[in-house]
Amino acid sequence: MGWMAWTLPTALFFAAIAALLVAMTVWQTVSPGRERKGFLPISTSRGDRLFIGLLAAAYGHLLVLALTDWPLWVATAICVAGMAIIMKWG
Amino acid sequence: MKTYNNKAWWLVLPVFVLVAFSAIIPMMTVVNYSVQDIFDPSTRYFVGTEWYREILADPRLHDSLVRQFIYSFCVLAIEVPLGIIVALSMPRRGLGVPFSLILLSLPLLVPWNVVGTIWQIIGREDIGLYGWTLNSLGLDYNYASNPRDAWITVLVMDVWHWTSLVALLCYSGLRSIPDVYYQAARIDRASHWAVFRFIQLPKLKNVLLIAVMLRFMDSFMIYTEPFVLTGGGPGTATTFLSQTLTQMALGQFDLGRAAAFSLIYFLIILLVTWVFYTAMTHNDDKG
Repeated sequence: MGWMAWTLPTALFFAAIAALLVAMTVWQTVSPGRERKGFLPISTSRGDRLFIGLLAAAYGHLLVLALTDWPLWVATAICVAGMAIIMKWG
Repeated sequence: MKTYNNKAWWLVLPVFVLVAFSAIIPMMTVVNYSVQDIFDPSTRYFVGTEWYREILADPRLHDSLVRQFIYSFCVLAIEVPLGIIVALSMPRRGLGVPFSLILLSLPLLVPWNVVGTIWQIIGREDIGLYGWTLNSLGLDYNYASNPRDAWITVLVMDVWHWTSLVALLCYSGLRSIPDVYYQAARIDRASHWAVFRFIQLPKLKNVLLIAVMLRFMDSFMIYTEPFVLTGGGPGTATTFLSQTLTQMALGQFDLGRAAAFSLIYFLIILLVTWVFYTAMTHNDDKG
């Protein structure tokens, strides 16, 4: 695995993504969700909302890096809050 | 509640393993590279988000990105309407059908670097059909020194190479429209435009979305043809994103910056494809 040039932050990042996917699979198996319409313009399943939330988080981080001098944890905090809103009401 | 048998998901496993080795693991490596300054495999330093900040403020990326969007927009604006016109003009039955299908497939079979070489020769003002004709008409054409001519040549080359794909997709869409629709239109004495607007175009919607998505992704990742034809020049006039990326990664061996660049590039393509995919599936849901 040395050729992959792992670092602790990237390992934690991918572990978090993998844990999120496993948690979503378990959640869907235990209590199956259905597509529904929230404030997003399309009807979405839980997986769709997770994808939209992750994509929005990626762009959110890039915007913060491009336009501000804020520390990264501020961007992460905003994106986690955004993700929670999308998952709940999206 | 209806229960579903999810055992079929196991059949996806081989594809998942394949995609893991061809895409997921390399992309994870790129993410790892993007947060490090790499001098050689054993000498690397963690730099956090420094490369991202630098790349996002890099005028080279901005210029390439603008060029790339203009290029993809021009490609779609020319190839999609032209592809529809070609598909509408193709014969519906008889010997002309296989003949036109083979003729249209030919440009798609030519490898990318060969297309670049072909247009390098066609565009020459001394022996090339295209360059010589334009100069004979009194136009001062030289794709090697004039940025406008280089752009036009790269666009014409792409149109020559890929309009067939749009035309073939549209043709397959047109062939799937049942005759009863045309019979009903004839009874109503609908004009050619009305038939196109209210029968053919709505039925082509899904096929067109696939064509637009394929052409967008392909034109957004274009590398070989302009590289062979113009080498990104004159100056940086036809240097698109992938070429800027290659220069950074392989020319300067700046792996960290190039990795950050690739991920931003990937996110743009991911967003656009997701929008197209959602538009397509949303369309299917509505029937």
